[in-house]
Amino acid sequence: MITAASLTVSRGDRVLFRDLSFSLASGEAIALTGANGAGKTSLLRTLAGFIRPDAGTIAFVDIALAEARANHIHWLGHLDGLKTSRRAREELTFQAQWSGAAADGIAAAVDLLALEPLLDLEVRKLSAGQRRRLAFARLIAAPRPMWLLDEPLAPLDARWRAALGLLMQAHLDKGGGIIAAVHDPLPLPARTLDIGAGR
Amino acid sequence: MRALLILWRREVALAWSGGGGPLLACGFFLCLTVLVPLAAGGDPADLRPVAGGIAWLALALSSILSLERLFERDHEDGSLDLLTLGPVPLELVVLAKAKAQWLAVGVPLAITAPLAAVTLGLPPTLAPLVSLSALVGSLGFALTGALGAALALGARRGGLLIAVVVLPLFIPPVVFGAGALERASNGLDPAPALAFLAAYVLFASVVTPFAAAAAIRNAQG
Repeated sequence: MITAASLTVSRGDRVLFRDLSFSLASGEAIALTGANGAGKTSLLRTLAGFIRPDAGTIAFVDIALAEARANHIHWLGHLDGLKTSRRAREELTFQAQWSGAAADGIAAAVDLLALEPLLDLEVRKLSAGQRRRLAFARLIAAPRPMWLLDEPLAPLDARWRAALGLLMQAHLDKGGGIIAAVHDPLPLPARTLDIGAGR
Repeated sequence: MRALLILWRREVALAWSGGGGPLLACGFFLCLTVLVPLAAGGDPADLRPVAGGIAWLALALSSILSLERLFERDHEDGSLDLLTLGPVPLELVVLAKAKAQWLAVGVPLAITAPLAAVTLGLPPTLAPLVSLSALVGSLGFALTGALGAALALGARRGGLLIAVVVLPLFIPPVVFGAGALERASNGLDPAPALAFLAAYVLFASVVTPFAAAAAIRNAQG
């Protein structure tokens, strides 16, 4: 789905990684590991197109990078991108529709993530785990093949870690791809890519 | 196109309800215009010649208040990343946000402006012209303001930086807007000054989306 060739990324004067190459096949998950500050988030942001690499190329199979950014990538950073002053329903609807979801997709996501009791609350009243579930809903509601996730399970309890693991597995079974920065192992079979190791 | 409409509706809702909405801008605007006679002495005859200029100065300052909200908060809570990865080019996202800002702050200010101008001593017959010119001018303020807000993105205490970046860019509309009022109160045709004001807005609406989008991409990297 995506191929990165000889990526070199630096922040300020510090080179985070040099000559990093990997590719992700359809139906595959990669778990990015590495110490704090090793560059996991920077690699994800580079793949999403936020950061321009110093050297190397990123290519999506069959689609241009600009098109991939507009319609093929789901980005879930460590920030949820939710407005605390708005109701959960408004935020979910906006995020899902913005990503291209239809009404039945949103309903399915609400169902799968058990969000119904939260929808009429203001986002500020939700816990970190509940916010993460709400932000995750757009990934389910709007089908996009490539998921880039930064610590997706960090704020969740054991039950929801397992549940989101199943949802990620279902996404892989449909031919999607996942690259996730993690500290704890993902609850699904995943290839590990250690960022700090190549230094 | 549908996505743009969805974004625009959300931005208008956020601009109306969030801190720094229309009430704050209009309240600040009225406070400024009340302070001027107190500071400059109470003689209305002294104030009358500069009433249009003061109204425009207050308009420019009030337009700056909520600019920090425009991109900074989206940047902080992560939703700017989401907007960048959406189906709409970032340039159009910027334009939609600036238009929403204008609708939530500029239009209410344009409605309040005649009240302040007449209080300062401008003839009431000029009230429609004050409103019209403020309506056009505040669109220019929202557009160049969006540019300043994007440039200040990610800087610590960005709000203060925005004011310093943006105020010099506000000079032309203040000159043309106040000029239109000055011409009208001297019995001249205000159309030339209004045309320059409109030209500024058109220029800003072409330059701002590209420049602000580039600044945002830079801040995200």
